[in-house]
Formats: sequence, C-alpha cells, structure tokens
Amino acid sequence: MSAHPDYEVVIGLEVHVQLRTRSKLFSTAGVSYGDEPNQHTTPVCLALPGALPVLNAEAVELAIRAGVATNCTIHPTSIFARKNYFYPDLPKGYQISQFEEPLCTDGWLEIETDSGGPKRIQLTRIHMEEDAGKSLHDGPTDRSRIDLNRAGVPLVEIVSEPDLRSAEEATAYLRKLHAILRTTGVSDADMEKGQFRCDANVSLRKHGEAELGTRREIKNVNSFRFVEAAIEAEVDYQADLIDAGGEVRQATVGYDAESDRLFLMRLKENADDYRYFPDPDLIPLVISQERIDAIRAALPELPDARRHRFEEAHGLAAADAAKLVGAGALADFFEAAVAAGAEPKAAANWLTRDVLAWLNEQEREPGDAVPGPEGFRLDPEGPSFNAEGFAGLLGLVDAGRLTTKSARDLLPDLLAEGGDPERLMQERGLEAVSDSGALEALADDVLASQPKAIASFKEGDKKAVNFLMGQVMKQSQGKADPAQIRQILIAKLEAL
Amino acid sequence: MTERFGSVSELRSALDAEQTSSRELIERSLQRASGVGERLSVFVDLQNDQAVAAADAADARRAAGETRSPLDGIPLVIKDNIVQQGERAGCASRILEGYVSPFDSTVVAKLRAAGAVVIGRANMDEFAMGSSTENSAYGPSRNPWDLERSPGGSSGGSTAAVAADIVPLALGSDTGGSIRQPAAFCGVVGMKPTYGRVSRYGLVAFASSLDQIGPLGRSAADCATLLDVISGHDPKDSTSLPEPALTTASALTGDVSGLTIGLPREYFETEGADPALLEKVRVAAGMLEAQGAKLVEVDLPHARYAVAAYYLIATAEASSNLARFDGVRYGRRAEGAANLKELYERTRSEGFGAEVKRRILLGTYVLSAGYYEAYYRKAQKIRTLLRQDFDAAFAGCDVLLTPTTPETAFRLGDKTEDPLTMYLSDIYTVSANLAGLPGVSLPCGLVEGLPVGLQVLGRPMEDAAVLRVADAYQRLTDHHLARPEDLA
Repeated sequence: MSAHPDYEVVIGLEVHVQLRTRSKLFSTAGVSYGDEPNQHTTPVCLALPGALPVLNAEAVELAIRAGVATNCTIHPTSIFARKNYFYPDLPKGYQISQFEEPLCTDGWLEIETDSGGPKRIQLTRIHMEEDAGKSLHDGPTDRSRIDLNRAGVPLVEIVSEPDLRSAEEATAYLRKLHAILRTTGVSDADMEKGQFRCDANVSLRKHGEAELGTRREIKNVNSFRFVEAAIEAEVDYQADLIDAGGEVRQATVGYDAESDRLFLMRLKENADDYRYFPDPDLIPLVISQERIDAIRAALPELPDARRHRFEEAHGLAAADAAKLVGAGALADFFEAAVAAGAEPKAAANWLTRDVLAWLNEQEREPGDAVPGPEGFRLDPEGPSFNAEGFAGLLGLVDAGRLTTKSARDLLPDLLAEGGDPERLMQERGLEAVSDSGALEALADDVLASQPKAIASFKEGDKKAVNFLMGQVMKQSQGKADPAQIRQILIAKLEAL
Repeated sequence: MTERFGSVSELRSALDAEQTSSRELIERSLQRASGVGERLSVFVDLQNDQAVAAADAADARRAAGETRSPLDGIPLVIKDNIVQQGERAGCASRILEGYVSPFDSTVVAKLRAAGAVVIGRANMDEFAMGSSTENSAYGPSRNPWDLERSPGGSSGGSTAAVAADIVPLALGSDTGGSIRQPAAFCGVVGMKPTYGRVSRYGLVAFASSLDQIGPLGRSAADCATLLDVISGHDPKDSTSLPEPALTTASALTGDVSGLTIGLPREYFETEGADPALLEKVRVAAGMLEAQGAKLVEVDLPHARYAVAAYYLIATAEASSNLARFDGVRYGRRAEGAANLKELYERTRSEGFGAEVKRRILLGTYVLSAGYYEAYYRKAQKIRTLLRQDFDAAFAGCDVLLTPTTPETAFRLGDKTEDPLTMYLSDIYTVSANLAGLPGVSLPCGLVEGLPVGLQVLGRPMEDAAVLRVADAYQRLTDHHLARPEDLA
C-alpha cells in the first residue's frame, strides 16, 4: 500500500548492460574487470591520433539477442552517432552511441505484480553504445589518474516507458530483465562489477492527471535492494515537498546506500547539448532479416516459458516457480537437482525458502552465489555444493534418516563449504533416532521426571503431550522424528 | 646519377641495371631535402638514419633478386598527418608537440612492405586545414616556382618536395582539394582516390567523411604506381571499400578514343576565375578530342552550394575529431591549470592555431541543437543533391574535365586576412570530396610563369579512368616535364 495515497508514482528506467563479449565495442582490446589500470587498451581505446573504430560483430549479435528476447522490433539499418562532450574519462571527446536510429525499438516484457496478475511494461528502445573510462581520485598525490580499461566496453542501454508505478514494480521489472539477459547469455549482468546499472526517472502526479510531473533522475544504482530503497526515498522526498507546497525541480541525484539517503548531484536547468551527429568513421549497421530470424530461433528458453514449464512439468506453485526462475541460476540448480533424483516440490520448497533465506543472510544475490547447475560456490576458488549433494540431502530427509530440523542445521555449512551431506550428518552424529527401543527409553526417562505434565494430561489437557514431546526432542538433540515420538508418548500416557 | 629524378619506371630501370643504388637515391633526396628543402620549408622532420638503413636493405634485396615491389628502394615523403610507428606525428600543430606514434598507419605499413623509403615528414596546414600551408605551426612552405608564393595547401610540403625534385613521390591527404590544389600550384600530378580506396587508419582525422590519402608525383603513371601500393580494403577502417588493391598502372593505355568527356558549364562560368586558366583547360579538352574523345557540356546545377556545404560538414566533423586533443593523454598540456576546465581551455587555446580554432568554433556552432537542422542537416541535403548532379552528369559522359583552381598560386600573405577568399580557392575541388569521386590534377601549362592545373573527375570507383585520361594527356604534352629553375 502506498505511503502517499494522493499521488501516482511514475517511474521509467534506463538500464546499462555490459554485453558478454571478449573484446571491446570498437577495438580489439580485451574486456576485463579489476586488472591493473590501462592494461586493456589499444590506440582506439586511447583515442590516439589516426585510430579508427571497427564494430565488434559479437556485440551486435548479443544486442540483437537482447532485442528479440524482449519483443523488440530489430531495425534492418541503425546508425552510430557521436555524443560530444568533454570529460577526462572520455578519450575521444565523444561517446559512440546510437541516437536517432537505434538498433531496437518498441519491445515489452511482463512482470508479476503484488496486486496479482501480470503487467506489461513497454520498452522504448535498446541501443548500443560504448562505456567510458574511469577517473581515479584516490592516489597518493593530489593528481587524478585515468584508467581506460573500461573505455569502449560494449553496452546496451535499455530504456523503458514510464510504465512502472511503484518501487516494487521497478524492482520486479529489473529482476525480470536481469533474468532474461542472463538466460540468453547477453550479459553476465554482475551488478557488483557494474555490468547491470540502473538509472531511475521518478515523478509524482495526482491520480487521474495525464501530464507527467517534473522528474528527478536517480543515477547508477547497482543492486535491486538499493533501487527499491532509493525509489522509496525519492517518492517520500517528492511527496513531502509537494505536500509542503514546494515544487520539484528537475535534477540528477545519487543514492548513498549506507545512510539510505539521496544526495543532489546537479540541477538540470537546461537540456545538455551533446551535438549528436552520425559518426562519419562508421558505416550504417545493416542487419538482414535472415540473421534476425536465426538469432530468434536460437534463443534459449526464456524465464516466462520456463516458469510455465516448472508449474506444469513439476507441479510447482506459481509463486515458487516465479521465485526460482527470477533467480535464473537457482532454476538451473533446481533442474540439476531434479535430474539427480530430488523430488521437485521438496526441492523447490527448500530452494525458495531456506536457500534464498540463506543467500539473503549472506547479502548475496542468488545469481552471485549460484553459478549454475555446477553448484554453490561463495568463493570462486572454494569448494562447491552441487545438485547431487542437494538431492542427497533431500533423500536423507525423505528416508527419515535426517529430520527436517537437522537438515536445516546442516544446510548452511553445506552451502558454504560443500561436502557430502551423508558424511557430514554422520560426523555430526545427526542421524535420526528411529530405533523405537531407544526412543521408548528416552520417553520413559522424560515421563519419570515430569509427573506434573502427566497429571495435566490425565486431567484432559492434551497439550501436555506437546511439552513432553519437546522434552524428548531435546534429549534426542533433534534427531528424533516428532511424529514417532508423539505416537510413543501417547501410547505410554494412555497406558499409565 | 642523373641530375634530376626521372620517372619511377626510369629509376627502377636504373636500379635494375645497377646504374644507381637505392642508397644513392636516398642520399640525393636527403641532400636536397636539407638544401632546397630548407629554403622551401617543406619538411617538419627528416628521417636520415632510418632512410639510409632502409635504402641499404632495399639494395641488399635487389642484389639477392628479392625486390618487393615497383617502389622498392624509392624515396618518398609523407605528410605530417600520416602516422609512422616511432616517429613524431605533429600535424604541424603545437598541440601535438612531442607526440610519437606507437603504431603505423595502414598506408605506411603498406609502403614498408613494398620497400619504399620514407625520408621525412612534410609540412602542411595545421590539421590539414588550409589552402596555402600558411597555417602550419612551423611557418609556411614556399612554392618552388616563386618563393614569394604559396605552394597551396594543405599538402603544400609534400607537393613542393616533389616539385623541387627532392623526391619523385609523396603522400598527401585531400579533404577538400588538399592534394589537387597544391599539385596545380606546383605543377605536379596529385590525386584524390575514390573515398574508401585508401585506408584512413593512421591518418589523423580532419573531416572523416571527406578525408582521403592520395599520391603526388611527376606523372599520372607515377601516381598510379604509388596508388596501387597503398590502395585496397583495410579491416581497420570501417569506411574502407571492400575491394582489393588497385591495378591502375597497367590500365594506362594512352587511348581515349570513344571516351566521352564532360565539361561542367558552371565551372567555366565561375565568378573570379582567371580566363587564362579556363582557356588552358579548353585547349587540353581540344587535344583529347583530337585523339578521339567526344566532348559534351554537362550541368552541375548545385555546384555553387558546394563550398558552403563543404565548410559546414568539414567543420562539424573537425570540431568533433579534434576534441581528443585535450591535454589529458598525449601531446601538449598547458602548465599550471587550476582545474580540469582550465586544463582543457588553456591547452586548446595555446595548442591550436587561429584557423583551427575558427573551424572548431564554426563546427561546434553548426552541430549545436538549435542550429543542427538549419546548417548541418541542410548541408547533408546539399551533399545528396551534389551526388545526384554528378550521377546525372556521368550518365552522359565518362569523366569530367575542369580547372583545378580559379587562379594560379597566390602570394604568401595575400589571403591570410580573409578566410572566405581562401576558402574559395577550393571551389573546383570540394565537390569531389562531398561526392566521394576520384579526381586528379595535372599540369596543363603555365600562365605568367606559374603552373596551371587541369582536373579530371571520374565516377566513384573509376580511379583507373581518371588516371588513364591524365596519362593520355601527358603522352601528348610535356607540361609535366616543365620544372622551376633549380633552386639548389
């Protein structure tokens, strides 16, 4: 429920996505992350005199894939333009982008809303462009340094219509987009590495008004959680301002996650004049219908189709299927576990409840910790917990050898450290006590020490059994099956 | 050793017959470069040691029977805006002071592979902006025919080096006539190939959609030999034509019978054009007609808008292409700037000359949001109309014959105060750049002791055709053999 019922929130998102290419958009330099500054540069990246751009065919392929996966029209001819401005990160003095004639327009994707039912969000355009470099201001001197490793890295900018009406919808849209891009291999979309960055345009208007309010743009937010928090903070700000009789001024703001606060970057009084014009060093990008068709035909199963399949083939609840698919790698893991013999519903339950909760605790996005069917690996060098292990764990529970409680105790270690669940169960002595003789002895011990509870039971307080059960469970250190204990206790109480 | 360089084929014969050596040719070039070259201010750099070593290597190859190409061991100069690995590439600008290119331009790589020997880098108008070489940070070059006159521009240094017999061949670049106009002023042959024929990789961009590297030499045949070596598709240049290297040299048959030559009416009615020059062109046309060519008048109705459209498009692209010279990564950086904005402002204020600044400002203006439609977009429309004019003209003829310039070489300083009259010296040449056509300028006589240029324009891709006509004319005449008095 909106905290500001008088207003309709209008949000449009611009998402920058790094394409999963080996080399840069217009140069043969490799794409990397975290290497020594300026290791991945050519005369083109450095804008040396005489250098010329040459378009990377791999990037075009991925950009088209992004377009067909989001139901866009792919244009047979698109044009690269120069966006001129001075900045030290921008070696040429202009960024090569697409402007008047982009590669893809008029797409859409569907999100699931809390109010129930799917909602279609229109995509205005997807265009290709190159990333800028990075200024480093943290050196030992008072001079700034420039790292051009990132300069020229291929991006697509995905621009939505202002169709989103809440922070939750914005996040749902981003998650869906993220899942599509990862599923199709368009991008690794690793948010920590800045491969999926979002600018949110937020404005408020009174319900029923047709005209958009003045918007403020929240720049470069790099996690789903922060986007949601930032938009909520922005909505609060604008609503309070308007309530107090103020007027929203067009501005660009940043979001500081640590303090959960927005800060003003700059006021936009006038439109920037980037002096766009078609880049005369590049010829128009011409794509045949055959090529578009081939890329469409080769698309992998998209998240929506996968969700439907999970519901139908594995009998999953819609919400569980959506949660799994929403974190694409979790769905891969799910499928691998089912293939390894896990019962689908149980696997889905464990993944959507316990595993997601654990990831949340780790402050990891599911995609970060789950590289796919090969398993959980928090540390890229460390051991992994694979789908076979997960199926094995569920099998132990199913066979009554491990109680649900014990399995829950084991899970975090398995996720973090990997290993064989059966061996870990034995090392920790967690195997369920199913030997009825041993359980009866435990029950006798407890009964002998709890005359009060026995008396209550005799007086008709059937809940006394629960207390006694708890005592026996405690004695068994959680290794006993509660149903079995209940049965034994009731038999003994009634026989007294 | 002959006193003057002969044609490239004569030099090759002499080398093959061991009447001379590449070492001898290079030493002669270097000697003249530091003598007469100095007086003409045609070089910004001489590469003595590298050139001598390359000549020795060429001689060793020839001795071993492994000659690489018709240019193996032949000296040439290249314009200062064409980069060579390990050499300064200054574009005759202060802003590139101290800059050494870490890579070879494609043309230089091809020249190296062919064994040609670069002896030095030629003076030019700063960033190829100008028609007189007076915009060089190193001072103007001089015309070998009259040291008080301009050699033309912007490839004035390259052209004067050929005209003064320092080298038999040179490379220039032509954005609006920067090879053909100085060729006309200096009495040599200069060619702008079809746009995309020669890779621009390593040519420091002035206006990317117009720039083209081309050859300068004594004769059409020499230019053809050089063009064949430097042409061909280059994957490093997206605008490079997907065609193999040219073989124009073998297409020079001298035969023009059956060829239809168009004379653009508007080019002979240009206000301010010297009638004596127009007459030379008519005489040349008559000579070709006598050889069996057919003459027709053609119309280029939008020709009068060409210079205006050219200066809008060229300056727009230049303002963007020159943004990279900001003092951040290479070249000159202003001292003592207090902040980033000041660094840009001071670096660019100190580094660029007046003409470059004028064009950057003009280009920035025509691209700005409020004026884009009125200027840049309109200029592009004119460009389309000009192309259509040429298409229509070429429907009725094979090549066009025109003057190269409206007048002969002007005096140094005569036009520097008035940029607009300077811009008009490109009136006959800019259209070929706007339309992407091949064009060649060749000497067709003297007026008051100064060379006159005859321009042949062809259909796009028909580089061989323009060279064939130029070569045919040179077989009938000896204007290209006329030389200025020796200045040594």
